[in-house]
Amino acid sequence: MATQQSRSAARVMMAPAVFLLLVWMLVPLCMTLWFSVRNYLPLRGGDLGFAGLNNYARFLSSSAFWPSIVTTLLIVGGVLLISIVFGVLLAILLDQPMWGQGVVRILVIAPFFVMPTVSALVWKNMFMDPVNGLFAHLWRFFGADPVVWLSDASIFSIITIVSWQWLPFATLILLTAIQSLDSEQLEASEMDGAGPLSRFFYITMPHLSRAITIVILIQTIFLLAVFAEIFVTTGGAFGTRTLTYLIYQRVLESQNVGLGSAGGVYAIILANIVAIFLMRIVGKNLDK
Amino acid sequence: MARAVTTQRKALNTALAWGIGLMIFFPILWTILTSFKSEAQAIANPPIFLGFDWTLENYGVVMERSNYARFLINSVIIAGGSTILGILVAVPAAWSMAFVPSKRTKDILLWMLSTKMLPAVGVLYPIYLLCIQLGVLDNRLALVVILMLINLPIIVWMLYTYFREIPGEILEAARMDGASLKSEILYVLTPMAIPGIASTLLLNFILAWNEAFWTLNLTSVDAAPLTAFIASYSSPEGLFFAKLSAASTMAIAPILILGWFSQKQLVRGLTFGAVK
Repeated sequence: MATQQSRSAARVMMAPAVFLLLVWMLVPLCMTLWFSVRNYLPLRGGDLGFAGLNNYARFLSSSAFWPSIVTTLLIVGGVLLISIVFGVLLAILLDQPMWGQGVVRILVIAPFFVMPTVSALVWKNMFMDPVNGLFAHLWRFFGADPVVWLSDASIFSIITIVSWQWLPFATLILLTAIQSLDSEQLEASEMDGAGPLSRFFYITMPHLSRAITIVILIQTIFLLAVFAEIFVTTGGAFGTRTLTYLIYQRVLESQNVGLGSAGGVYAIILANIVAIFLMRIVGKNLDK
Repeated sequence: MARAVTTQRKALNTALAWGIGLMIFFPILWTILTSFKSEAQAIANPPIFLGFDWTLENYGVVMERSNYARFLINSVIIAGGSTILGILVAVPAAWSMAFVPSKRTKDILLWMLSTKMLPAVGVLYPIYLLCIQLGVLDNRLALVVILMLINLPIIVWMLYTYFREIPGEILEAARMDGASLKSEILYVLTPMAIPGIASTLLLNFILAWNEAFWTLNLTSVDAAPLTAFIASYSSPEGLFFAKLSAASTMAIAPILILGWFSQKQLVRGLTFGAVK
């Protein structure tokens, strides 16, 4: 079908996008790799020469590294757990017949469209403020002392804020997947005497497994990069310094570019491990 | 649904779903309500839900004090510009991959996707440095280009999945009737592709509007969009709940409205066609 002429035309049409992305990927990546083996301190003498793998070793051995990994895992894991468990339950609920289904869907998905700085600030001040926040009012109503959320329960607070943004995303995708489930299958199993629980575990869950995997992979990639929510709430204090935030601080705040770049390479490797799995699933889907 | 559902069960579902839905929506609702309160009533204990003195004062103060219009214009330029530029670059690429696929099409698509996986923080300093050296730190055009590049993989992917749904038989029929490549594209394909392009435009506008890593790190005054405007309320202004709410409401309202139209595209766009 495709002629020689249309093939070369296709190549020309693809060229700008491929070229731009190639440049966008390679130039900064090479620069990061280059900086990571240099002693580069822009505010304290500039480029002080070759550093070998020193930066990589120092980034790993710095006292901030392992805590930042733990924080990252807690936040990513916590948000994933909340958004998958409640996402599945919510998706099943929203799939049931009810009045005003469209409106409920809109209510549930809305937080995903709120810009990260807004949701972080609204939660920080209007809900978690220890003096005037709604939670403080609620705690006092029950006679308890208000909790200083962002310092005493900092990671939990961040997980709450980020989950509020990502639960809608998980719900929407899982709902889309549930709606493609053949209802006759469910009916048949019901007639054969399967209870609601076994229908859930033997039909709904296997059907959802692929969508759940995709949600986990996509969210992991975005969650590893969470930035604004920490930037405007704790600024990395109170044990909320993730790997992303640690690198940001090394690079822009303390201007130790060599060290930060080595950290950046670690972050890139970490993200790529997740990405490989995601690409496999997406790639399989392309063949269909 | 062939299964009969009792009204009672339906009522129960409805109550439960609405309850949870309103709970999830509550922070947004509360922000919108608070934006119409006076500062004193905004922090009142017990909180006042509806019975407060409605006022538009906060909106006036926010607009006057912080030059809201400039941030808004920056957001529109950055989100709109990057999306349109992205579409211009992506349409030909997605088009040729969908209609003239080759052995390498799949690899190219997956490679494009992989560039999206690159963590921004890993290349923060190089981009920052390049912006300084090119003299485009805090420059709107630079952000237009950067956000375009960030969203380009998603744009190409979305367009590709839409274009692939256009049946090839229609093209053959047009060719048999003697249509040239140009008229084929202009009169046959374009009308069928417009809905897909529109959805892609919408979703990527939203993503660019809410982007908060590059916009926070590469802007200070001139090019700062609404994400940075809100971040400047971090402290101490953030303690003025009513004004914070008014600023927040203005920043999210346009996107909430657009978002309602793009729920379906969201699934397709962010799962790269893996869930439909």
